[in-house]
Amino acid sequence: MASTYFTEDHEWVRVEDGVATVGITDHAQDQLGDLVFVQLPEIGQSLSKGDPAVVVESVKAASDVYAPVDGEVVEVNEATASDPALVNSSATGDGWLWKMKLSDTSQLAALLDEAGYKAIIG
Amino acid sequence: MGADENNKSEHLKSLPLEDLHKAANARFGGFAGWSMPITYPLGVMKEHLHTRELAGLFDISHMQLFEVSGPGAAALLARACPLDAASLAAGQSKYTFFLDEKAGILDDLIVTRLGDDRFMVVANAGNAATDEAHLRAVAKGYDCSIDALDRVFLAIQGPMAIDVLAAAGIDGTGLSFMHGFEPKPGWFMSRSGYTGEDGFEIGLPAGEARKLAMALLADERVEWVGLAARDSLRLEAGLCLHGNDITPETDPVDAGLTWAISKPVREQAAFIGAKALQDKLAKGPSRKRVGLKPDGRQPVRSDSLLVDIHGNTVGLVTSGGFGPSAGYPVAMGYVGKDFAPVGTQVFAEVRGNRIALHVHSLPFTPHRYHKG
Repeated sequence: MASTYFTEDHEWVRVEDGVATVGITDHAQDQLGDLVFVQLPEIGQSLSKGDPAVVVESVKAASDVYAPVDGEVVEVNEATASDPALVNSSATGDGWLWKMKLSDTSQLAALLDEAGYKAIIG
Repeated sequence: MGADENNKSEHLKSLPLEDLHKAANARFGGFAGWSMPITYPLGVMKEHLHTRELAGLFDISHMQLFEVSGPGAAALLARACPLDAASLAAGQSKYTFFLDEKAGILDDLIVTRLGDDRFMVVANAGNAATDEAHLRAVAKGYDCSIDALDRVFLAIQGPMAIDVLAAAGIDGTGLSFMHGFEPKPGWFMSRSGYTGEDGFEIGLPAGEARKLAMALLADERVEWVGLAARDSLRLEAGLCLHGNDITPETDPVDAGLTWAISKPVREQAAFIGAKALQDKLAKGPSRKRVGLKPDGRQPVRSDSLLVDIHGNTVGLVTSGGFGPSAGYPVAMGYVGKDFAPVGTQVFAEVRGNRIALHVHSLPFTPHRYHKG
C-alpha cells in the first residue's frame, strides 16, 4: 500500500514497494506559475537527501527540486520535460518528476504527513 | 522583484484601484516601492498571449506623470534631456532620457508636448523621486513649474485596444503612435505602450479611472494583465527596463538608443551629458546591447555572466525569461562589440552549467504599432 509524504520544500513523495515517486505540490506549482522548463536527473544517478535533483523554471524564475531522501533514480517522467505545463495542470498526478529506489526507508519518518504540510502552507 | 529595502511589504505603497485587483484575485508583489499585481488567475502565459491577441488592461499607476509648464518649459527639457523640445509639434511624443554628466542614463522617459508651453513627462516608478529632485535642481533659473500629478495610469494594449476603448466611449482613432493629448480635464491619453502592440496609456483621476476600468473589464475582449506579463511582453518587444538593461552605468551609445537623439541635438550639445555623449559617439561603443536566444529550452536570467567558448567573460545578461509568443526563452544583455553580430555564439553561466546562446536580432516579436 502506498503512503504519501511531504517536505517543507513543497515536494510530495509517494512510496510503494521501496520506490518513491517525487513531484512538487499543487501549492508549489501555483506559486511558481506557468512552467516553461524542466530538467530531470539521470537514470542511475545517486541522490542524497537535499541534493538538487530537478530544475524547474517558470516564465519568471528558476527553482530547484531537492531529493527528499537518499536513493537511486530509477525512472524519470520525460513528459514533463517535453511539456512543462503538465506539472501545472497535474502536479500530483501525471506531472510527477522522478522515481527513486530508497536507500534507507527510515528517513521517511522525518518527512511530513499531509496535515503537517497543510499546516506549513497555511 | 528583488528583496531590496523598498520592496518590504510594510513600506509598500498601494495602488488607488487596489480593491479592483484584489477582487480580481491578483497575486501581489513589491516592485519599485509599490505593491503591484504580478499575475491574475489567468496566469502570466495566458495574460501575455491575450494581450497580443485581443486587449490587456494594465494598472501602471506606479509610474509618475510630471507636467512641466511655463515660458521656460521647452528650454528646461532641452537642458535636462537630449531633446529639442521646442521643435515638437503639439501632441507629439518622444522617447528620451535624463542623462548625467557622463551620459549615464538616469531614467528613460516619454515627453509629450501638450501645448505652447506645456509638456507631459512620464517617468519610471523606481526613479520618480530622484527624477523629480533632478528636474527641480536643473530647473533653477528657468521660468517654469513642475507638477508631480496624482493620477491613476492605465494602459490598454493589443490589437483590440482601439475597439474596446471605442466601446467604452473613448475615441482614440485620431491619435497616431507616439502622440498624446488631453481628452478631458485631468486626463492625459497617448497612443503608446510597453508591449510592442498598438495601444494607449491613459492618466486620469481615480474616480473616473475606476469607471473606465470597470467599463473595459465588462468587455469580454479585455483581461487584467499583471507586471509579470508586462515584463515578458516588453522583453519580446526588445524594450529596455531601466535598472536592468539601462542604468546610470550605461549610456545611449552602448545601449543602442542613439536613434532617440537627433543629429542637431547632438551637435548643439545643449543637454546635460552632451560632451560625454559626443566623446562616446566619436569613440564608438565599447559594448553593445543585443538580443540573446538560448539554443535550448532553459531560460537564462538577468545577471548571468556571458562567456566565449574559452570561458573568457564577454558580457552580461540584463533581462531574461521565457517569451510566450516567441515560444522560446528570450534574453537581452551586453556583449563586447566583437560578439555583437547576430548569430554569434556565446554561453551563459547558469548555476554551474554552461548554456549555449546565439545573439539574436531585436525585437523577438515584430512591433505592431499604429503609425497612422
